[in-house]
Amino acid sequence: MRFVDEFRDADKAHALSAKIAALCEPGRQYKFMEVCGGHTHTIYKHGLEDYLPESITLVHGPGCPVCVIPMGRVDDAMHLAAQDDVIMTSFGDMMRVPGSQGSFFDAKAAGTDIRMVYSPLDSLKIARNNPDQRVVFMAIGFETTAPSTAMTIMRAAAEGLENFSVFCNHVTIIPAIKAILDSPDLRLDGFIGPGHVSTVIGCRPYEFIARDYGKPVVVAGFEPLDILQSIYMLMVQLSEHRSEVENQYSRVVPWDGNPVALKVIGETMQLRPYFEWRGLGFISHSALSVREQYAKFDAELLFDVPGVRVADPKACQCGEVLKGVLKPWECKVFGTACTPETPIGTCMVSPEGACAAYYNFGRMNRNRVAEVTIGSRP
Amino acid sequence: MTSNWIENALAEHEQHEARASQDTSQDTSQDTGRDGPVSDREQQVLDRIDRARRRRPKVREERITMAHGAGGKATHTLIEAVFLDSFRNPLLEPLEDAATLKAGPARVALTTDSYVVSPLFFPGGDIGELAVNGTVNDLAVSGATPQYLSAGFILEEGFGVEDLIRIAGSMRDAAAAAGVQIVTGDTKVVQRGKADGCYINTAGVGVFERDLTLGVAQARPGDAIIVSGPVGDHGVTIMLARGELDIEADLQSDTAPLNGLVAGLLDQVPGVRALRDATRGGVATILNEIATAADVGVSVNEDAIPVRAEVRGAAELLGIDPMYVACEGRLVAVVDGAAAEEALAAMHAHPLGVQAAVIGHVTADSPGLVSLKTAFGGTRIVDLLVGDPLPRIC
Repeated sequence: MRFVDEFRDADKAHALSAKIAALCEPGRQYKFMEVCGGHTHTIYKHGLEDYLPESITLVHGPGCPVCVIPMGRVDDAMHLAAQDDVIMTSFGDMMRVPGSQGSFFDAKAAGTDIRMVYSPLDSLKIARNNPDQRVVFMAIGFETTAPSTAMTIMRAAAEGLENFSVFCNHVTIIPAIKAILDSPDLRLDGFIGPGHVSTVIGCRPYEFIARDYGKPVVVAGFEPLDILQSIYMLMVQLSEHRSEVENQYSRVVPWDGNPVALKVIGETMQLRPYFEWRGLGFISHSALSVREQYAKFDAELLFDVPGVRVADPKACQCGEVLKGVLKPWECKVFGTACTPETPIGTCMVSPEGACAAYYNFGRMNRNRVAEVTIGSRP
Repeated sequence: MTSNWIENALAEHEQHEARASQDTSQDTSQDTGRDGPVSDREQQVLDRIDRARRRRPKVREERITMAHGAGGKATHTLIEAVFLDSFRNPLLEPLEDAATLKAGPARVALTTDSYVVSPLFFPGGDIGELAVNGTVNDLAVSGATPQYLSAGFILEEGFGVEDLIRIAGSMRDAAAAAGVQIVTGDTKVVQRGKADGCYINTAGVGVFERDLTLGVAQARPGDAIIVSGPVGDHGVTIMLARGELDIEADLQSDTAPLNGLVAGLLDQVPGVRALRDATRGGVATILNEIATAADVGVSVNEDAIPVRAEVRGAAELLGIDPMYVACEGRLVAVVDGAAAEEALAAMHAHPLGVQAAVIGHVTADSPGLVSLKTAFGGTRIVDLLVGDPLPRIC
C-alpha cells in the first residue's frame, strides 16, 4: 500500500539498525524518550525494539492525551454527564478511563447519555438534533486536537447554537517536557519529538531543550522507519557532540508550525494558571481553558463543576511511568490488578498508553526474541 | 462499579500473590527485589501476569457494557463466569462453535447464533443472509454437514413489511445455496424503541458424516495455520456502510456459506485438527483460542496474512487492526504441518478458498501466547481484543 509500505521496509530497517549499532560507544548506555504516545504505540506494534542494540533504551514519555487526565477531572465529567438534560460526547479513547466511580462505559451502561464521536464537530450535529438537551463535549488532547475543538467552538458561535458547550481539558506539551527535564529521577540522552503536536506548534518551541539542557531533539513521524531514522539522527548528534532540534518529519511538520491552527487556538482558548496532570501533579501554565469571549460555550462556567481533587490510588504508579522513571512492567500492579480489561491507571487505557502498549504487544521475553531476529537477518 | 472498586481489585490481587508465594512450587517466581538483573525481573513479572491470566475469570462490572458483546476478552469472561458456570456440562465445556451430541445412532452438531447487525442491508448482503450463513458456518467448521435451521424474529413495531419480505427472501436464497432447510421458527413484536427494526436468531442442526472430531484443543506443535481468504472485509464494509466516517471504498461483505469449502478440505486432507470461522474478534481471537485451548504457542507472519488493500487502508485510517475485524465467510484451519500443502491445494480448488494462505504455525514454546513477526521485521504478541471498536457487526 502506497505511503505506508515504504515506511515499513524491513531491509531499510536492517540497514539503519546496523548504522545505529555502529555509532554506539562501547560501554555507554543511551536513554531516549519518545514524548508522544503515538510513537510508543508504533514502537510496540511493529516490534521496533528488536532493531535496537541493548545499550539503547527507549523511555516512554507523557504525550498520551488520556493518560494525563487526573481522576478528579473524570469524576467532574461524570457529574456533568449525569445531569438530566445533558448529552456528553467524547472520543472513544476516553470511554474506558476510570474515574473513582468507574468509567464512561460503566456510566453509559447505567443509563447516562454518553456518546462516542469521531470529530468534535459531530457534537454540533447532536446538539442541532436535540434542541431540548444540552450537549457537552469532553475535550482532551494536546495542541494536536485543540484546533479542532477551537473550530467547533467558533462554528457553534457562528451558528448561534445555544445548547452546546465544551468541558475543556486541553493540555500543552512543553511544560510537561520541562517538568521531566527538571525531574531529578531521570537521566536522558535525547528526545524523539512529538510529530503530531509539532504539525501545529512547529519545531521552535523545543529549542530550549537543545540550548539550555544540552539534549538533542529529533521531531519524528509515526511509521516505524521514521522512528528508527530519528534514533539514528539522535545518535549522529551525540557522536558529533551536537545538541540541536532536527526535523525528521519534514514531510508533514513545517518548522514554524501551522499558523492557522495556532490562531484559532489563540482566538478561543487561553492558558490556565495551573492544571493537574495525572501522576505529574500541578504544572503551571500547562493547560487551556475557553476564553471569556466564548464563555457561553464553557461547560465549567455553565455548570456547577464539583472540581474535587481525587488522589491517585496509592498502588498506581502512572506518574512514574509517565515520567519514564519506571518501565510499565515495573509498576507493582501491572498486568495483575491493572489490566486493559479493568485498568486502574490511565496508562493502561489508551492504545497510546505505555502500559497498554506493553501489555498488548510487548508482553514477551525480549531477550530470546532478539536472538531469533538477529539470527534470521539476511 | 462500586466506589471502592480499586481497593477491591488491589486486595484481590494481594490475596492471589500471597497464596502464590506460600506455594513452594512457585518459588522460582519469588521477587529477587529491584536489584536483580532487568531481564530476570521482567520475566518474573511476565510469570506473575501469566498466573493472573489463568485465574478463574470474574465479571467485575455491575452492568453489561458493549464490550461484553464484542467477542474479545470481556465476552470470554462473561461466557465463562456466567453461562459456563451456570450451565456447566461436558458437552458445553469445550466452548466450540457447535456442540457435538448423540441422537440415537447418529452424531449431530447443534449451534445457535443471534444477529443484530446495523445497518440491516449492506453491500454484499443483509441480516437475513448473515443469519443463515453464520449458523451454517458454525456447523460446518465443527465438521458436520449442516441440514436444518430454525429462525426466530424479534421485530420492532413500525418495521417495514417490505423489508421483512426482502430479508426472508435472502434467507430462502442463502438456505438454498447452502443446501439447508429452515424448518421451524418464532415471531415476537416489541414496542417501538425497544428494538432496532429486526433481530434474528437462528439455530442449526448438522450431522457428522465423517468419523472425526475437530477442536482447537487438538492443535500441536508443528501444525500449520491457514486462513481461507482475505480477512476483515465484512467488518470494514459494515463500518463504512454506517456512513459515520465519510470514507468510501469499493468493498463488500464476504458473507458466504463455508460448508462446501469445508467438505472439500475434509474429504481430501486427513490431518485437519480444527476449523473456526473468523467472525467477531477476527482471526486474532481464534489464534488466541488455539493457544489457550491447546496450551501451545502460536507464531504468525504478518506478511502472510491476506488483507485487501481497501481493508488495510480503511483500517489504517481508523486505527484498527484487520486481524481483529470480523469476517463472515472465512475460516481458520489448523492442519498437521505435513498436510499443509495438500490442505492449501484443496482450499485453492474451491471458489471461496482461492486466496487461502498459510499464515503461521503452532509452536512448543511460549504456551498460551500468540506472537507475530511484523511486516517491519520486529516481533510482538497478539492478545485478545479489549473494548469494542465495532459494535453490532453481525
